[in-house]
Amino acid sequence: MTTTDIFDEMWGTDGALREPYRDFHSWFDQEDPARLRAKQRDADELFRLTGITFNVYGKAEAEERLIPFDIIPRIISGAEWYRLSRGIEQRVRAINAFLHDIYHKQEIVKAGRIPEKMISHNDAFLPHMIGVEPPGGVYTHIVGIDLVRTGPGEFFVLEDNARTPSGVSYMLENRETMLQMFPELFSQNRVQSVQNYPANLRRSLAACAPESASGDPVVAVLTPGIYNSAYFEHAFLADQMGVELVEGHDLRVVDGRVAMRTTCGYKPIDVLYRRVDDDFLDPLNFNPESALGVPGIMDVYRAGNITVANAPGTGIADDKAIYSYMPEIVEFYTGERPLLKNVQTWRCSEPEALAYVLDNLEELVVKEVHGSGGYGMLIGPTASKKDIAAFRRKLNARPGNYIAQPTLSLSTVPIFSRAGLSPRHVDLRPFVLVSPGKIHVTPGGLTRVALKKGSLVVNSSQGGGTKDTWVLED
Amino acid sequence: MLGKTANGLFWMSRYLERAENTARLIETGQRIGLTRLGNSDEEWVSVLQSAGALTGFQASHNTVTKDAALNWLLRDRDNSSSIQSCISAARQNARLVRTAITGEVWEAINATYMMSKDTLGRKVIERDLPAVLRTIRQNTALVRGMVNGTMLRNDIYDFLRIGTFLERADNTARILDVKYYVLLPSVSAVGSSIDNVQWESILRSVSARGGFRMEYGAEGGPQEIAHFLIFDKRMPRSLAFCVSKLKDNLRYLNARVSKPCDSQKLVAHIETNYLSHDIAEVFDYGLHEFIQKTLSLLADLARQIEQDFRFYE
Repeated sequence: MTTTDIFDEMWGTDGALREPYRDFHSWFDQEDPARLRAKQRDADELFRLTGITFNVYGKAEAEERLIPFDIIPRIISGAEWYRLSRGIEQRVRAINAFLHDIYHKQEIVKAGRIPEKMISHNDAFLPHMIGVEPPGGVYTHIVGIDLVRTGPGEFFVLEDNARTPSGVSYMLENRETMLQMFPELFSQNRVQSVQNYPANLRRSLAACAPESASGDPVVAVLTPGIYNSAYFEHAFLADQMGVELVEGHDLRVVDGRVAMRTTCGYKPIDVLYRRVDDDFLDPLNFNPESALGVPGIMDVYRAGNITVANAPGTGIADDKAIYSYMPEIVEFYTGERPLLKNVQTWRCSEPEALAYVLDNLEELVVKEVHGSGGYGMLIGPTASKKDIAAFRRKLNARPGNYIAQPTLSLSTVPIFSRAGLSPRHVDLRPFVLVSPGKIHVTPGGLTRVALKKGSLVVNSSQGGGTKDTWVLED
Repeated sequence: MLGKTANGLFWMSRYLERAENTARLIETGQRIGLTRLGNSDEEWVSVLQSAGALTGFQASHNTVTKDAALNWLLRDRDNSSSIQSCISAARQNARLVRTAITGEVWEAINATYMMSKDTLGRKVIERDLPAVLRTIRQNTALVRGMVNGTMLRNDIYDFLRIGTFLERADNTARILDVKYYVLLPSVSAVGSSIDNVQWESILRSVSARGGFRMEYGAEGGPQEIAHFLIFDKRMPRSLAFCVSKLKDNLRYLNARVSKPCDSQKLVAHIETNYLSHDIAEVFDYGLHEFIQKTLSLLADLARQIEQDFRFYE
């Protein structure tokens, strides 16, 4: 190993084995690569058999695909995680306070910390939510914070996911697969469990039930249906929580409650974990064309008779333009200095920033404010002249649609390849559950890995894979 | 339970049962063809008919040949009742009701689906046919075993059973409908080898040869076969058996309600008026008319179940 600029989570920058990987490495050294290759194939087979797939959009036939899984775990020490999870908790607390403020008094705007037009001119701002008090005061019941790492203690938040973050089923199935493939590893290493997530999720959602709920609240998961790319996850979570998986056409408003059509008639729901976007939630209040939602659910919600998780309108908090204000937001609501770093961000809506971005396109990552999934973005250092020219035109035409960030040198974690261990870039999405007075960060999360050498794009839709993420008990 | 889920469970088990029945029909047809006693192409017409697939077949084919019939029944996507289509549809419904079935049942169905993609992905050559059909039957049996061994005995299980027995009754009735004439006393030159082959093929297509032999030895003729398939409550594919299971499962579903639902009334009607006679009365009434009437009542029952349990909005 030679010294590199890129921080590898197993070998650091100087090639010396890092502490969290010590036990794993001594195990790996004893293993026959042929056996590991066979295990890798077994793991793939297991995923196929259990049907852990995602659907690919834009194909004539709804094709189901597996997300590649790599058997080398990503390992984080307990101490590292402790610091990280405190930062995550702080950020999530701030996001909820921000949402409440934005839909009520807008103190942060009045204090001049965020320009008024960032809110009023933002498509993600939902006027229907003004003055609405969500049950238990919780806006974001489930949050996924996307993190990247550049050094031993250097974590950056790349993106907050405050709408309907996905991927948690992979976190759980990756662990399940590792437990089946390498049980011996888990008796040697003390890995913190993630397997309580579904039970915690149900408890957390139930704790947010409206006052009208009596006894054990009825929870249901709302999915757009079996052709949705994340259907597997919707079914998985409903199954693991032991609640009904419903679609829009199973629901209607009956006597001022949202109710599901059962074999014995309509039964009211107290908490709806919806995996349908705001826009499709209610054809009477939002997109009238939507067949995925429930006509009138917003009126039930505003009357306080159902909990919708996450609350409508939370998109204003994970908007990429708002992202650049996150340090101010955290400070404003918690009175504390932010524990997690933000990536430096140029808002192209501002003329000076735009000028800088246009001058330095080859160095920067440019993203659409409302984009996701790694689509519609420019990675300057690897982009062709043609792509850069095309983005220059887009930026000049609609600068407000874009932000730019420096290209970070993301950390790597080894994957198991034909050549043995080979470093690949990774990111991390920990999952956070919020209920009244409680924020719970699951120890671990979803590690996505760019399988192509040198690539920085980890999205599954673009050739990324996943790994099990271990948080050790120190 | 959601009405949609009940619907998904019902169709999941119907499609699985249908796939298995079609595999059995193909095995029977293939066997008759090999014995060369019947007219082979004619036999495939009756196999297509028994599988309820003749009309669809004729829409896209001019003549019935063995190869074309086999392909249509095994793997043609245009045939919604081909084994391949049935298994895909069963899996699609299983995906829809993923939260209602156990992980074991889901994995067994998913494995069946992957097997069918493998073995039915391209044309099946005659040499491979017995092994392919055996694999299909083994896989569907595995799913049934997982349902049996891992599912709670609750309303979810009831809807699975209802789908299975409705499809099975329908299948047995269709086989009788297509082959009724070989069971009629007037045509039967008892003991002729052609009749023996035909009778055997009826038994074979409902996996009843062993049971029938156990009961009647070598003595059974058409009347006994008809009795066995219609009235014998020990025979798991007879109409009486299937209908009594339908009655039981509907009763379990409705246990909490004091008065019987319409599908319960209908199933009681079928049982009292059609399945409480003896075979001589059926022949007096007309075997063909009897079977046709039963088939249409079974279709009514399926529709009534859909309504009673709110499968659709």
